[in-house]
Amino acid sequence: MTALLEIRDLKAEVAGRQILNGLSLTVNKGEIHAIMGPNGAGKSTLSYVLAGKPGYEITGGEVLLNGEDLFAMAADERAAKGLFLAFQYPLEIPGVATLTFLRAALNAQRRKRGEEELSSPDLMKRVRELSKKLGIDPDMLRRPLNVGFSGGEKKRNETLQMALLEPLLCVLDETDSGLDIDALKVVANGVNQLRAPERGMIVITHYQRLLDYIVPDVVHVLAAGRIVETGGKDLALQLEATGYAQYQGEAA
Amino acid sequence: MNAPVAALKTEAEQGLATAFAAAAPGLPGGAAVAAARAAAFDAFAQAGLPHRRLEAWKYTDLRRLMRDAKPLAPPPEAAAKAEAATAGAVIAGLGFRRLVVVDGVFAPDLSDLADLEPGLAIASLADQLAADAPLLPAAFADVLPAAEPAVTLNGALVRGGVVLTVAPGAVVARPLHLAFITTGTAPVAVYSRSLLTLGAGAKLSLIETHEGPEGVDYQVSAVLGLDVGDGASLDHVKITREGSAALHVASLIASVGAAATLTTCGFTLGGAVVRNQAFVRLKGAGTNATLSGVSLLAGRQHADATLMLTHAAPGSTSREVFKAVVDGAARAAFQGKIAVEQAAQQTDARMMARALLLSEEAEAYSKPELEIFADDVQCGHGATTGTLDDQLKFYLMARGIPAKEAEALLIQAFVGEVIDGIAQEGLREALTAATVAWLEARDA
Ligand SMILES: Nc1ncnc2c1ncn2[C@@H]1O[C@H](COP(=O)(O)OP(=O)(O)O)[C@@H](O)[C@H]1O
Ligand SMILES: [Mg+2]
Repeated sequence: MTALLEIRDLKAEVAGRQILNGLSLTVNKGEIHAIMGPNGAGKSTLSYVLAGKPGYEITGGEVLLNGEDLFAMAADERAAKGLFLAFQYPLEIPGVATLTFLRAALNAQRRKRGEEELSSPDLMKRVRELSKKLGIDPDMLRRPLNVGFSGGEKKRNETLQMALLEPLLCVLDETDSGLDIDALKVVANGVNQLRAPERGMIVITHYQRLLDYIVPDVVHVLAAGRIVETGGKDLALQLEATGYAQYQGEAA
Repeated sequence: MNAPVAALKTEAEQGLATAFAAAAPGLPGGAAVAAARAAAFDAFAQAGLPHRRLEAWKYTDLRRLMRDAKPLAPPPEAAAKAEAATAGAVIAGLGFRRLVVVDGVFAPDLSDLADLEPGLAIASLADQLAADAPLLPAAFADVLPAAEPAVTLNGALVRGGVVLTVAPGAVVARPLHLAFITTGTAPVAVYSRSLLTLGAGAKLSLIETHEGPEGVDYQVSAVLGLDVGDGASLDHVKITREGSAALHVASLIASVGAAATLTTCGFTLGGAVVRNQAFVRLKGAGTNATLSGVSLLAGRQHADATLMLTHAAPGSTSREVFKAVVDGAARAAFQGKIAVEQAAQQTDARMMARALLLSEEAEAYSKPELEIFADDVQCGHGATTGTLDDQLKFYLMARGIPAKEAEALLIQAFVGEVIDGIAQEGLREALTAATVAWLEARDA
């Protein structure tokens, strides 16, 4: 069976500095992988490289999404093929209403997959249902995307986008940062509802706390741009106790 | 008439002298108007076409951009009128009262003159000039700089236009749509002038559209005088969609009374060379003025928005926002000067110019200026020129939105800030649709 995501010996640079140093990782359908690691280890870099953010140079290795070369696709094609990155810092887009954005995103993906566009009433209905589940004020949908949203509102909004777009591979970059415990539970609940046999997830976090709510199948430690240890969910608890100091020496 | 032709050096300047000599006898006006026209042409001829060494024309060197002078369009015949039947289609269906100006001449037969609201009067400038009404009413005398070249030349050659009067206190519910159209396939020159007197406390929405044949290098000179009385409220939008080879020079002259509200927005999409200049004088205290503009430019288009706003009385507020989206090898220029006279204490004025460059070759110039002679004022200005934000574009693309569509969303958002300031919803929708069409043409 083809893996959902296969990262082989990935090396990447930003601003002339090598950040990913031969990272390998395989995520199969139905699995939830957690990636933990110290600040500056390259976790966000990995997520951006996967999503196709400009400014990152791939200097080695390859990534296959459902067996297809990820780097041969533009960012929008990756999304249409089922990749979703929940940003650590979602961007504010003045002048673009949240609902307009959601409609544009969903329909662009559907068009690219040769599916019919969702009608406005159907979209509204779907968005309203999801908003309710995620505790999002429907008024927010008319406001410009993320503009003036609190940190928690932005993360809920990312989760709403993810739930609406129904990706095959979700990459959540520090979705827990900036959330109080109640918001964390709501967001985690939203994520858990997306657990499905055909879907995989990479949950990036600095703290173990999130993994109490989104329970992973596999936990990896990323340090100095590489996966340095892999274990079960107990590894997260162990890290909570010991911290990342033992891995700092791994730096190249 | 004894024009000092020696001062006129370029082919266009000489052509204008020829055109004036040929057309003058047939232009509307009694003896006084004929004399005023001759004096105007003499004054124009002294200085010639404005050029880049004149500060006000720094970015739009007409001496260079206007290669020749086209013959004056003849008064419209049946064919021209038939072509004008669809004038202003860009905002058709909004229920506005359409008044059509064909090749510079007001065409009552094409205009909607039924059931005029009480207090609203509509007349033809040509008729008024024939009765020797002044070329420019006295209210505007102190609004224009001395011998302003575009308005001066327009005075010499103007063929007609619409004269609107709204009685004091009258509220004209139905917006007026002045639909200017240049017809035919031969390159002609069209000089029109329209005037509005809005009585004290009166209220009006006025929308202008300008259009003409595609690919024909016709020339348009349009003057609009707005005399806004005390406590009156005027909402004005000008949509410039001239053909791709046209030269369009428009002058807005506004005299604004006390406690009045003036909102004006210019939306420029078409034309090879477009100059929109506005001279606005806030004469009365406690007035509110909002002046804005959007230019969407591609190919080798050149558009210049030049604003001279004078706060002449205390306690007025003005807001200026001018935006340009520049693609291809197009060029956008903004010049804005806010002058605050000594009497104009407690002025609150803020001006912002933003340009968005979509290609390597696109250019934008901006020159905002303040000239302040009062000491108790709040004034500010700013200007930015930049490209589309890559990070925002990536965020949209990461959700599956293709690059071009992501750009279109961001450009619409950029322009939306100005469009959102327009009062009528239908007009906002029409301008949004025009923006979308422009963006789609860009992708094609
Ligand atoms: N645009 C950039 N330019 C230069 N260095 C960068 C850039 N982005 C990230 N880095 C560096 O790359 C390293 C990894 O950053 P990041 O992937 O954000 O780490 P993490 O998400 O694990 O905290 C850090 O040392 C950071 O300073
Ligand atoms: Mg990070």
